[in-house]
Amino acid sequence: MRTRGWRLVGRYALLTFFAVVVFFPVWVMLVGALKPFSKALDPSSVQRLLPTHATLDTLRAAWTDGNLGRALWNTTLVAVIVTTAQVATSVMAAYAFVFLKFPGKRVVFAIFLSTMLVPFEATLVVNRKTIENFGWLNSFQGLAAPFLATAFGTFLVRQVFLSLPKEMLEAARMDGLGHFGFLREVAVPLVRPTLGALGLFSFLSTWNQYLWPTLVSTDDDWYTVQSGLKALASAQVDKPNLVIAGTVIVALPIFLLLLFFQRQLIRGLTAGAVKG
Amino acid sequence: MRRRLREWGLALLMLGPSLAVLGVFVLYPLGRAIMLGRQRCDPTGRSCETTGWDQYVDVFRSVEFQQAMGVTFKFAAMTVPLGIVLGVGLAVLADKQLKQIGLFRTIFSSTVATSVAVASLMWFFLLNPSVGLLSDWIGGTAKNPGLLFDKDTALWSVAVSSIWANLGFTFIVVTAALQSVPADLYESAYVDGASGWRRFTNVTVPMLGPTLLFVGVVLFSRAFQAYGEFDLLTGGGPEGTTTNIPYLVYGTNSIVKSDDGLRSTVAVLLFGLLLFVSALQFRSIGKRVHYAN
Repeated sequence: MRTRGWRLVGRYALLTFFAVVVFFPVWVMLVGALKPFSKALDPSSVQRLLPTHATLDTLRAAWTDGNLGRALWNTTLVAVIVTTAQVATSVMAAYAFVFLKFPGKRVVFAIFLSTMLVPFEATLVVNRKTIENFGWLNSFQGLAAPFLATAFGTFLVRQVFLSLPKEMLEAARMDGLGHFGFLREVAVPLVRPTLGALGLFSFLSTWNQYLWPTLVSTDDDWYTVQSGLKALASAQVDKPNLVIAGTVIVALPIFLLLLFFQRQLIRGLTAGAVKG
Repeated sequence: MRRRLREWGLALLMLGPSLAVLGVFVLYPLGRAIMLGRQRCDPTGRSCETTGWDQYVDVFRSVEFQQAMGVTFKFAAMTVPLGIVLGVGLAVLADKQLKQIGLFRTIFSSTVATSVAVASLMWFFLLNPSVGLLSDWIGGTAKNPGLLFDKDTALWSVAVSSIWANLGFTFIVVTAALQSVPADLYESAYVDGASGWRRFTNVTVPMLGPTLLFVGVVLFSRAFQAYGEFDLLTGGGPEGTTTNIPYLVYGTNSIVKSDDGLRSTVAVLLFGLLLFVSALQFRSIGKRVHYAN
């Protein structure tokens, strides 16, 4: 009994230690964001670890200097477009692969899968040119177009469609449902958790995109939050806590989103870890 | 027959949008990049001449590419094993029904909410020599030039930021996997008198096999394609010690910046390397992974 008690203490001690280490950067960031400029570079460590002289001025300044309102709007819209499109295209393609018969199915599926192996960075130079040729630099189309469909999403939805009993389609036929009716009224509702996970995953990765937006948006009206942060960081090198306030503004919506959708997130992140 | 034709048409309709996007933005640019990679262009990028396939060999052998490849592998070797060990360790530590365990779990998974830009700027704030708290504490004496701008510590500093940023992801995935390990496996191991460590190595690790493979593959490809953290933390410096392959292609002071031919060569070589490494990963680890059922 005694050793068990000590073990528990040990476990809590370790947990607390690591929690402090992991949370430390977040804490320093929050404190920094609440400091006025004059106190940001306070030489004493204690001062920098405690939210003394707290003010919202720095956050407000970051909001205006970084044009973050506009950037948040751009990013949200692009992320919503991409998420909706990815879920829709993945469902449709997966449906064709599972429930329709057509020649060359295996070849087409192999082509789909092979695109998962291509790192985005290998195609960027040409993609940037394509977008330029379409006249889509500094536009929503430019930011969103390459991501409207993914092999990953198709593969994920295909796997859950495969787990639905085949007789369901026959039964739906008897009830007079066509393919679209079956898709809308039977198949999609049954795989809704997976679609939620895929949606959240798409939203997060679009929100977090860094390299692509910095390549296709040259005008600060078309910055996303990540490229806006980069611009803010290089413009305000001498005001570090202004930049930090900007990161707080950018990270906050995602943090809240994750608190609300924790279950979907876990499902989404573990989706690739399924066996087989 | 008519019904079958209609089904083909429907399949085409359903696959059309995906095929169009993947064709235009993955397959076409890959093929085009492979062809472009044989060319040298003048600084305006207008006139290019085809020099041939040996450009791939030349670039691969060049000092710059070799150095960038070294940085890329070193960065992966720093971030992947440590990231997995820390993520699994924390997940196992927090995998008990204890009071306040939810708070610990939230903290450990919280870094998943930070993007590359957010995480990098946070660490810049900590490590930057003029304002960084950590650089004050750690590098008290060696304050100049600071952890991020010292040849010996720059890559490690970026690695620490990256490990931290990926910790939430690993923690969440491993925690979910731990919860699906059947409890009776632990019970029978306990009855057999296996110690805590034995239960970890003989039950937990084998049951986590597929998950660890997944986490490893994801972390590895992230490490290989890392760009934002280098861009924001070190800008590829000092002396190229943090210029990895992606940064060699897209970085602000890239030597191939204005030459789309050479950029494509490097980008395609990155694709080749990733392909090679993932084939290796699946061959060597995939076989040893134990799948239940």
